[in-house]
Amino acid sequence: MSKPIAYHLVKDDQYKGLDIKKAMTREAWSLTLIELAEEHPEIVVLSADLLMATLANRFGDRYPKRTFNVGVAEQDLVGIAAGLALTGKTPVIASFSVFLLMRACEQVRTDICYPNLNVKLIGTASGFSFGLGGATHATTEDLALARALPNLTVLVPADYAETAQAMRAAIAHRGPVFLRVGRSAEPVIYNECHFQIGRANQLRAGDDLTLIACGAAVFESLRAAEMLEARGVHARVLDMHSLKPIDTQAILAAARETKAILTVEEHTIIGGLGGAVAETLAGEGAGVRLKRIGVPDIFATEGNADYLRRLYGINGEGIARQALAMLERE
Amino acid sequence: MSDAGYPPLTLGRVQELALKANDLRRELVRMFGKAGGGHFGGSLSAAEIIAALYFDVLHLRPREPQWPDRDRFVLSKGHAAPAMYAALCDLGYFPREVLDEFEEPGNPLTMHPNMRKVSGVEASTGSMGHGLPIGVGICLGARLDNLSYRTFVLMGDGETQEGSVWEAVMCAAHYRLDCLTAIVDRNCLSCDGVIADLQRQEPFAARWQAFGWATREVDGHAVGEVAAALRTVPFEPGKPSVLIARTIKGKGISFMENVPGYHRANISPEQTRQALAEIAAQREKLL
Repeated sequence: MSKPIAYHLVKDDQYKGLDIKKAMTREAWSLTLIELAEEHPEIVVLSADLLMATLANRFGDRYPKRTFNVGVAEQDLVGIAAGLALTGKTPVIASFSVFLLMRACEQVRTDICYPNLNVKLIGTASGFSFGLGGATHATTEDLALARALPNLTVLVPADYAETAQAMRAAIAHRGPVFLRVGRSAEPVIYNECHFQIGRANQLRAGDDLTLIACGAAVFESLRAAEMLEARGVHARVLDMHSLKPIDTQAILAAARETKAILTVEEHTIIGGLGGAVAETLAGEGAGVRLKRIGVPDIFATEGNADYLRRLYGINGEGIARQALAMLERE
Repeated sequence: MSDAGYPPLTLGRVQELALKANDLRRELVRMFGKAGGGHFGGSLSAAEIIAALYFDVLHLRPREPQWPDRDRFVLSKGHAAPAMYAALCDLGYFPREVLDEFEEPGNPLTMHPNMRKVSGVEASTGSMGHGLPIGVGICLGARLDNLSYRTFVLMGDGETQEGSVWEAVMCAAHYRLDCLTAIVDRNCLSCDGVIADLQRQEPFAARWQAFGWATREVDGHAVGEVAAALRTVPFEPGKPSVLIARTIKGKGISFMENVPGYHRANISPEQTRQALAEIAAQREKLL
């Protein structure tokens, strides 16, 4: 078992807006690209009238000649990225996940994934991060779509530091990558982050149950683990930042070494992290109790992230409650 | 607006190109006949366009398929792949045996072209409306690299009903991509029939002009006209070019010409023999 990675978890109730260190993951990818820009002159950035909303303009302001805003035209955006990749560029395209993966789904599939082109897709406003925008702008189905596309690596980093590392890993990886980032500032989890595609980070050791989370749900799972600890329940917490390829070993170890697994994600429980873990467990014949926490098979209602997390039980309290209920049923 | 670097487009040269188009027709009918069927209509209508491109207009090095300065050709109407395969085979991109096993299991030559399987194919196409955005991206890449190669994208006219085409049309004009040339195989038919009955497209050229493109129209079966026009791109400096090639769907096979059902069809060995006989007779007339 690998040594748990250091993290600092602020104990204050985040909903009261106290002094928790927060940072925007949608800024991390763009600023990281600036760091990589000189070493990788082939990197170009594109968006479809969302350079500012995705903070791609952080890169664009520094490298205007390497940045393209194609207007409100996502199909064109993705096709152009494919064309640029054919000339040896590494296009990084940023838009809201719902527009990038759904409006232009066929272009992502056929123009990028099918020929395995070296394009990186940055999807923002997924999960609850832009919940106020409602289902037209926020999506909780993007991971299911992304996972189904052959050749596509799917990354869901948990915080600012991990997003920066995920961006580096995505550039180092040859082939298409979907990188899901948030919108508003989210708590910082990592002091330092080791990131390897396909290898989960264990943030907390425990042998009663395992919380497997991705994205913003990692922080809430850590809060839940603290609450469970107060009740004498030792929860293992895995940051499953790579949905594809997924860390099968870590999942099977959790099935062997703990009594239950709960997956936690800001996504429909169909086809995302919960789906991937369920498939892994079933495929390997691992018998362990599994609960998928996420959005049930509905469109999430409108609301800010804190409200939606409370509503759907994807906050620390909700996760802890569901974990205890699961153990009590034993 | 020069066609420097090209040999004079003499009558002899035009005759050579017409014979190449005839070759493409023969090969694609053989391929489809052996496979039991195929996209005859749109492959036959594009024969002169593809012959003009591969045997006259495009700067290519078949022995060096990844030559950085080569012109790029994207067959956006991917269902016309056999015409392109025949041209690539003629130029030596792959051996004859591969052509003969079109659509056989495991053969790289598939109904729609796969760039990862076939040398000389620049993009995996087949879904309508994808090629022009890819062409825009290639042109932007060329500009970043300060390379002066040109990019040609062949579309069907039915294909230009796709919204993604017009996104790219706007974008190419915005970036003043005069290294980009679209060619529309204007055969006026699509899967379900006469395009004008499904969705009107006229005034077709005016639509492109309104979006900032330089347009030219030719008889798409006059291979000399097609080559002459494509040699002179860009039609106007600072603008992307579109060549509207008026064609006949199913051109060259009497029972297929202008018959919507031959967009894709199965044919009998007898029909294949008849089609090949008609193509052979056309060759005699060219000589």
